[in-house]
Amino acid sequence: MAKINLAENPSPSLELHGIKTTRDTMLQIVARKFFRNKLAVIGGIFLIVIISAALLAPVIAPYSPEKQKLLEKLSVPSREHLLGTDRFGRDIFSRLLYGARISLLVGFASVLGSITIGTFLGAIAGYVGGIVDALIMRFVDIILSIPSIFLLITLVTIFKPGVDKLILIFALLGWTTTARLVRGEFLSLRSREFVLASKTIGTKTHKIIFSHILPNAMGPIIVSATLSIGYVILAESGLSYLGLGIQPPVASWGNMLQDAQNFTILLNSWWYPLGPGLMILLTVVCFNFVGDGLRDALDPKINE
Amino acid sequence: MITTNELEERNATVGHSDTLLELKDVKKHFPIKTGFLQKNVGQVKAVDGISFSIKKGETLGIVGESGCGKSTAGRTLIRLYEPTDGKIIFKGKDISHLSEAELRKDVRKDIQMIFQDPFASLNPRKTLRSIIREPLDTHNLYKGKERDEKVEELLEKVGLDASFINRYPHEFSGGQRQRIGIARALALHPEMIIADEAVSALDVSIQAQIINLMEDLQEEFGLTYMFISHDLSVVRHISDRVGVMYLGKMMELAAKKEIYSNPLHPYTQALLSAVPVPRKKGVAKRERIILKGELPSPANPPAGCVFHTRCPAAFDLCRQVVPDFQEVKDNHFVACHLYK
Ligand SMILES: Nc1ncnc2c1ncn2[C@@H]1O[C@H](COP(=O)(O)OP(=O)(O)OP(=O)(O)O)[C@@H](O)[C@H]1O
Ligand code: SF4
Ligand SMILES: [Mg+2]
Repeated sequence: MAKINLAENPSPSLELHGIKTTRDTMLQIVARKFFRNKLAVIGGIFLIVIISAALLAPVIAPYSPEKQKLLEKLSVPSREHLLGTDRFGRDIFSRLLYGARISLLVGFASVLGSITIGTFLGAIAGYVGGIVDALIMRFVDIILSIPSIFLLITLVTIFKPGVDKLILIFALLGWTTTARLVRGEFLSLRSREFVLASKTIGTKTHKIIFSHILPNAMGPIIVSATLSIGYVILAESGLSYLGLGIQPPVASWGNMLQDAQNFTILLNSWWYPLGPGLMILLTVVCFNFVGDGLRDALDPKINE
Repeated sequence: MITTNELEERNATVGHSDTLLELKDVKKHFPIKTGFLQKNVGQVKAVDGISFSIKKGETLGIVGESGCGKSTAGRTLIRLYEPTDGKIIFKGKDISHLSEAELRKDVRKDIQMIFQDPFASLNPRKTLRSIIREPLDTHNLYKGKERDEKVEELLEKVGLDASFINRYPHEFSGGQRQRIGIARALALHPEMIIADEAVSALDVSIQAQIINLMEDLQEEFGLTYMFISHDLSVVRHISDRVGVMYLGKMMELAAKKEIYSNPLHPYTQALLSAVPVPRKKGVAKRERIILKGELPSPANPPAGCVFHTRCPAAFDLCRQVVPDFQEVKDNHFVACHLYK
């Protein structure tokens, strides 16, 4: 048979193509790309500090978060009370540490719940398609069309607010974004050529889903989870600010902010709202930075 | 002229021994669905009744413009899609409606596919080991360490280094990835490989390498190819016979030499007139035929001959009656009213 001229050596050496010959695992590549993003790294470090501080709150906190010293109420930050005291003379620094536990717990637990529900329903809608898809997506539309803040307020008024109920409510309302996202990913991945290749090989459906489709949809899922944690922390603060979230004396960043919303306090004891306000802001922003960093690092299409 | 009946008789006497795959009036229509309950509001007739057979060891080229149903035809005959109508007969067995489990047992091992996009056809999160092992794992071929040895052997077969086994697809160029795809398709020792635009996404020099590789492998393993492409010169190089598709239908099918030197169908003539050919002394320059009008939508194909809206030779009959796809010369099939 006639040969066409070979312009390239059929087994080209990789070095010639500028490709390293040492082996990199997927994880190493992702890590390298993530660490190149300065904001994501700073955000990540800050979050690690906050999370460790929250876990170690009983060790770090100089006072019990609920211990009142009425004589020392609203005292300015000092060596004794690093961030001052609140209306009841409780140490703000200690309360911020314990508040972090609650805010982060609500954030992580509800997102774990919403991601699980969202991934499951989104995967079914995207892979099965047809009428099943239509039904699930109409259900999503219905949930999204309810103004969630009113639903939250209604639910919280019916059931006595508490950490467990808040987690449940956020999980049951928050899965729709993930479901849409995962559906989209599954829909496009199921007709991608590497999935078709697996089908022509004869690979079983469950294997195709778990070893080809899901791992490729994982990036967007993780990113969306990271971003949602920030959102839930903000929403929990909002609810607490309205007095519908975590109930005092248990500390959360939101109810501390609510406690500080008194005009004289804002005017004379500015350090009080500053603590919880900054913590909420910084945490949410850091989750966003980390989420963005992960999105780029996990996307195989974005080169190093 | 030979009628279809006579043809069938002749085939019956010769026997189907050398026919590997046969399509009989195969259709694939995609429903167009909208609304809350996904109501059916129409159909895209991507493949609308095609018949042909592929002989063992040959390369059948399929050409046609984008959207004419080439990929759908390939994917339907390999049963990635359920055919809407018609019969697909592989090694004498009707596989048109086999279940996925039956396909896995009987068919999957024997027909494999190479895809167009070397970047989309390999899972970016798997190593070459895991990609090429997948067919061996699925069909439980070889044991333990032997499987990895087999993977290394396949890599070398397609001109890659066996030491690449732990690498990821993104580390390779388009041509090298296409070789990985070929290694995966070869792993099960298939009888037939469908190559759907297998070189269209590659640079011209790399195209040549991949085609050479495919030809070498065909010789070594006695492979049968269905080579789908919109590139007439590539198809001309590799094919034994060539089929021309237009709007879901086969317009003409004949031996390569015959098609390129004596195209009968007005559509084939127009397609070929657009390809620059080296001029030989004494051969009249081919007149370039420019097709008028737009390519109709496969959701709403023209009545009669689907090509009549653009055919320079169309006459009244063409607008009403669908021309039969028939053998007008020895092994030269045409669907056109000009040839009766
Ligand atoms: N899964 C699908 N659902 C609905 N319509 C489809 C689907 N796949 C293909 N089609 C439609 O069927 C027609 C034929 O498509 P097909 O991909 O088979 O053409 P093709 O000849 O391979 O084109 P190309 O050269 O662009 O690859 C097109 O109109 C396309 O839009
Ligand atoms: S049947 Fe008529 S319209 Fe169709 S190709 Fe032949 S001449 Fe043209
Ligand atoms: Mg195609």
